[in-house]
Amino acid sequence: MRNIIFKSSILLASVLVIAAVAQEKQTPATKPAIEILPVRGNIYMLIGAGGNVTASIGSEGILLVDTGLANNADKLLATVNKLSVDVETKGLPNVNVGPPKAIRIIVNTHLHGDHTGGNVVLGKAGRTYTGGNVAGNLADAGEQAAIYAHEEVLNRMSFPAAGEPKIAFEAFPTDTYHTEGMNLSHFFNGEGVQLIHAPAAHTDGDTMVYFRSSDVLATGDVFVPSGYPVLDLDHGGSLQGSIDALNHILDVAIPEYRLEGGTMIVPGHGHLCDIADVAYYRDMATIIRDRMQDAIKRGLTLPQIKAAKLTYDYDGIYGATSGFWTTDKFLDAAYKSLTQKKAAK
Amino acid sequence: MKIGSLAWLLLCATIASVPAAAQVDFSGEWAPRFYEDQLERVPGPELGDYLGIPINDADRMRGDTWSASLITLPEWQCRPHSADYIWRGPSNLRISKEVDPTTRQTVAFHAEWLRSIDRPIYLDGRPHPPEYAARTWAGFSTGKWDGDVLNVTVTHVKEGYVRRNGLARSEKAKLTENWIRHGDWLTVVTYVDDPVYLTEPFVRSTDYELDLHQQIPPYPCEVVREVERPKGAVPHLLPGKNDMVKEFGVRYGVPEEAARGGAATMYPEYRKKLEGAKAKRPNAPDFRD
Repeated sequence: MRNIIFKSSILLASVLVIAAVAQEKQTPATKPAIEILPVRGNIYMLIGAGGNVTASIGSEGILLVDTGLANNADKLLATVNKLSVDVETKGLPNVNVGPPKAIRIIVNTHLHGDHTGGNVVLGKAGRTYTGGNVAGNLADAGEQAAIYAHEEVLNRMSFPAAGEPKIAFEAFPTDTYHTEGMNLSHFFNGEGVQLIHAPAAHTDGDTMVYFRSSDVLATGDVFVPSGYPVLDLDHGGSLQGSIDALNHILDVAIPEYRLEGGTMIVPGHGHLCDIADVAYYRDMATIIRDRMQDAIKRGLTLPQIKAAKLTYDYDGIYGATSGFWTTDKFLDAAYKSLTQKKAAK
Repeated sequence: MKIGSLAWLLLCATIASVPAAAQVDFSGEWAPRFYEDQLERVPGPELGDYLGIPINDADRMRGDTWSASLITLPEWQCRPHSADYIWRGPSNLRISKEVDPTTRQTVAFHAEWLRSIDRPIYLDGRPHPPEYAARTWAGFSTGKWDGDVLNVTVTHVKEGYVRRNGLARSEKAKLTENWIRHGDWLTVVTYVDDPVYLTEPFVRSTDYELDLHQQIPPYPCEVVREVERPKGAVPHLLPGKNDMVKEFGVRYGVPEEAARGGAATMYPEYRKKLEGAKAKRPNAPDFRD
């Protein structure tokens, strides 16, 4: 009897071990360098290339919002191409399919290298189909993907300020707009795509991209929920413009139910968001602006404002003492932005 | 075969035929029982009442600068309580179970309150989403059995609050729960460990009683323009400008240092520390008498 029990125990243990090993084998040993998060419909969020990249992938080809850092461009291209094939085959192996669809359109949300660094590689890998009654320089037609951006992006890439690196001509936007926004001429992968300009926000050339049917908005760096607003004053950014852009996002976004879901927001960096995340962020930015404006009105200097710890209650969420964008740098930029505005008045 | 061996065999057979862990059925209609928490859970807490909550100075500042008018903004009118606070709301609770049609195992519980959204607690061993996935009010919950207690781990929860008077709970908080059923009573113990706003884990237990006649009514929420204000205005109070936070202490004769909360105010021995503190506030009426 005891032998039976012992054998049963061994059998049970073996089954458990086999199951555990099988489960472990299903877990990939290493995570891919660039991760893919399906958002809705044809829209995917790609994480790990630099800034977040938003991709529309479907039968008409590929549209990318931003291209990440230059040194991640090859990885991003491989990821996008594989995703294109996976979408075509619905992820099934051993299906006889053609090559990945072409990257046809790239939209740059602004000029920074973590969002435009892959323009050359991904642009050249793409293709523009044209002919007949079209605008633009037909001499380049078919050679690469079209790169859309606000006019200020092209201006600043073409004429970098002193001390800034030169940018390759191939990375320049091929199509620009200078108004409050533009719509792509026709549907792409079954939906309208709108480019929305956010004036003087993160920079002076910010574009948000709205996929109307999927109801997904890619914001670029006007909304980065992991830190205080990054105000690139040297490239035309401002605190008030950033707040205006956040309020614009709230105008566009509609929740599915109880302030959740519905319009999905792909921020410039960080996790996928919805309207509530933007509302929290807008509240923080507005409250800090109001506190700083009050302090400036009372005649406090920048060092006095820093000593007053006006961001103390938000520092644990958005603050940083090291890295690219510290709380100190944010306060410097916010103060300068608010006092510049005052001087302009 | 000896009797002992037969019993041992039967025990092994029983173990082999049931799930490895115990399963208690939490499904049903549950009515909240408020007791001493009625004042906080139904009408809501007083402004400036931070007593018994292990907040730090940053959360104190969030509370002091918070304006209740914030929830008149269109963006916030339909906000539900998030996973950790919803237990403390005044709403009735319905828990349903999701059963795999083949194995007949309960693979998830779904909790739903009057003013909430569906909150699934998955029991099927699925992993939590990656860090870059979206946050929700309910968060993403998985449960594991510890005997008859269901231990729940919650991730991906949006920012919320530990008390409905402006004391924030950050998105970085770690949330866990213990679900315990004793017959017709359900006790849920929640643990909130927030590195941003709390200095110690905040632990609360909440009771519900089975109510066979309960029906949860619909609760549609429509956004309306409640207050005319300039576009983009966000109601709040400037630091140091909120005198209302002192009213709670005055009204109830609670010394100000206690009303300001903090980890020490959670423990019974704090009463000793307070001896004589009231004398520091001679003008404070004592409503306890």
